[in-house]
Amino acid sequence: MSLKRIEKKVLAGKRLTQEEALLLFENDDIFTLGRLANHAAVMKNGSNAYYIRNHHINPTNLCINRCTFCAFSRSKGEKGAYELTIDEIINKLKKWEGSKKRHMPSTPSFSEVHIVGGLHPGWGFDYYLDMIRRIKKALPAVHIKAFTAVEIDHFSKISGLSLRETLIALKEAGLESMPGGGAEILGSRVRNKICPEKISGRRWLKVMEIAHGVGIRTNATMLYGHLETYRDRIDHLTKLRELQERTGGFQAFIPLAFHPMNTKIKKARYTSGIDDLTTIAVSRLFLDNFPHIKAYWVMLGEKVAQLALLFGADDLDGTIMEEKITRSAGALSGHAMTREQLINLIEKAGKVPVERDIFYNPVSP
Amino acid sequence: MKSPVPKSSAESPRISRREGLQLLTGADLLGLGMIADRVRKKLHPEGSVSFIIDRNVNYTNVCINQCRFCAFYRSKGDREAYVLTKRRLFHKIRETIEQGGTQILMQGGLHPDLGLEYYLDLLRSIKKRFSIHIHALSPPEVTYIAKKAGLSVKDALHALQQAGLDSIPGGGAEILSDRVREIVSPRKISAEQWLKVMEEAHGIGMKTTATMMFGSVEGPEDIIEHLDVIRRLQERTGGFTAFIPWSFQPGNTELGEKSAEVRKRGGAARKASGLPIVRSSALLPATGVEYLRILSLSRIYLDNIPNIQASWVTQGLKMAQVALRFGANDFGSTMLEENVVAAAGVKFRVTVDDIMSAIEGAGFMPIQRDMYYNVIKKGSKGSRGQGR
Ligand code: SF4
Ligand code: SF4
Repeated sequence: MSLKRIEKKVLAGKRLTQEEALLLFENDDIFTLGRLANHAAVMKNGSNAYYIRNHHINPTNLCINRCTFCAFSRSKGEKGAYELTIDEIINKLKKWEGSKKRHMPSTPSFSEVHIVGGLHPGWGFDYYLDMIRRIKKALPAVHIKAFTAVEIDHFSKISGLSLRETLIALKEAGLESMPGGGAEILGSRVRNKICPEKISGRRWLKVMEIAHGVGIRTNATMLYGHLETYRDRIDHLTKLRELQERTGGFQAFIPLAFHPMNTKIKKARYTSGIDDLTTIAVSRLFLDNFPHIKAYWVMLGEKVAQLALLFGADDLDGTIMEEKITRSAGALSGHAMTREQLINLIEKAGKVPVERDIFYNPVSP
Repeated sequence: MKSPVPKSSAESPRISRREGLQLLTGADLLGLGMIADRVRKKLHPEGSVSFIIDRNVNYTNVCINQCRFCAFYRSKGDREAYVLTKRRLFHKIRETIEQGGTQILMQGGLHPDLGLEYYLDLLRSIKKRFSIHIHALSPPEVTYIAKKAGLSVKDALHALQQAGLDSIPGGGAEILSDRVREIVSPRKISAEQWLKVMEEAHGIGMKTTATMMFGSVEGPEDIIEHLDVIRRLQERTGGFTAFIPWSFQPGNTELGEKSAEVRKRGGAARKASGLPIVRSSALLPATGVEYLRILSLSRIYLDNIPNIQASWVTQGLKMAQVALRFGANDFGSTMLEENVVAAAGVKFRVTVDDIMSAIEGAGFMPIQRDMYYNVIKKGSKGSRGQGR
């Protein structure tokens, strides 16, 4: 029984090998797997399950990349294409800010804005810098988490700056952390099939390394459930674990289940709820140097996300008011959950709800 | 890890009410799931998961009962009130058969104008035209029909059976505890009456299912009570083929957000009983964790009922897949039509292919079955993940 051996290692806090991760993926005993992952989560975060009040802004869906699996992007002139001006973005945020202010005037109604979008064919780097600066000025109490590695690479190209210079400029403008999108599967075999249009896995890791180097904390994601094997997933996790070992700059790992609807990838099947939970659990156990594992309820559905809290996840993300990207790919949930609903999910899972800020500091309500 | 989970209830003797209550309130979910999974494997070692292709036809939405959780009923004379014509009904049955269906599930409200003759004629006319299994008339309907005809339940059932009724669905059970029924469905038949109808049905050789609707205002003890009366009746008759727990869906119902008054009464009833309150004060829908807990417990407690159905209609396909590892071995109906649940704002458009692919995705072989769980058609065994 090799699960027993893995169990011993986990209880002793020892690092798992790739072979052991494979065994966990293939093993049928999801209950022991869940308990071990929960144990690992409790060692890191106690019984806490975090959430954040945040808003998503997708400034544009115009994108020069047009990745095969992306149901969100449009080409210029295509039906449904849009681009927001900075004023429009600020007005949206202000409106949200104002809508709750009346009830609780002393606390801001959200603490984080999450900004990701397409690679706009016309916008210059200054436009993005300006966007960050003006949001920061308009809402100084709100933290800004913005731009995936793919966008950073694009900014560097259009500005002629190095990655480092690009990231420093953004940081000076007010960017405080980065989401983990665009990682998909880092290994080139699968990556060349699902998103040849996108920066390479190596480049993605490079952007993250430099971001961590200039003091920007980031997340990391993995898109699973399309053409990859378990070994591809483990290879992906290994690359992340190695980089984290050097930089310590990753905050959360977020496995994202592939949504087949509306995308051009033919193998259209949703991942199973069991695969979702297994992936969360193996991630928690394998990524022993990541402080947090996030079960992103918009993608998983709130029921599986809740259950994930018993399979090693410690973060449900937030009350999200606008999320265009997954909805266009047929995500399972509605696009907003109230704080009361999130707290209820966490408590019913037997965990302690903790509202956090962008850096996982508890926020007193 | 924590919790008083007995080592193995797959081999150990029947668990008592007290043990059931302990498991429900004290055991950790994964421990409970592990036992339920073991029990399921023991009863269904072949690793398949069955489903039935059928259509849910609601012949009328007029109902005198007006249960508080029901978003479906209308009063007679309401603009949206209807009674299905035979033409429409036959059309639906024809479509069902064309899509590979073998059964219709016919349920409706308690319509004050429809008597025994109406039903006898309806059943006969279906059987005359179609070779299809008729799974119809839950205990509240049977009781109402018998009462209006001045017959005993047994005689009414007998007449219905003669006319073509094959089996009875387990609806209307909600929670078989009169304390809870007083609150959520005061005009509905009592728990005792529900059980009586089932016992009579089993007595004349009809198979039935049993359901439980949780997540309204019940406490853990009510759930155990429900499971226990079902298990006891099954011990005598053996007539239940399956048990189907599903969660109350607040939404467009009197019990949902709108009914603060009911919530208060529910709270008061729980307080008076001295039981811990499982539901939060606001009536939020039961969460996935609560669903799996009750599902697992049902599998463990109901050791004499062969099949436990996952309710993908209320839980979604992903959760239903997970449910297959928490005690369930059946996906229930493909629901070529589902009016009652759709009316409360939960909508799923799911095809037979989706069901089969969900079962395969969870690592099981899908099997199309009939109401008696005979195999009609086998699919192929799925693999759980992506490990190619
Ligand atoms: S995934 Fe990102 S980079 Fe690719 S087309 Fe969509 S928006 Fe553009
Ligand atoms: S649940 Fe059944 S008995 Fe109650 S009102 Fe609805 S249709 Fe009538």
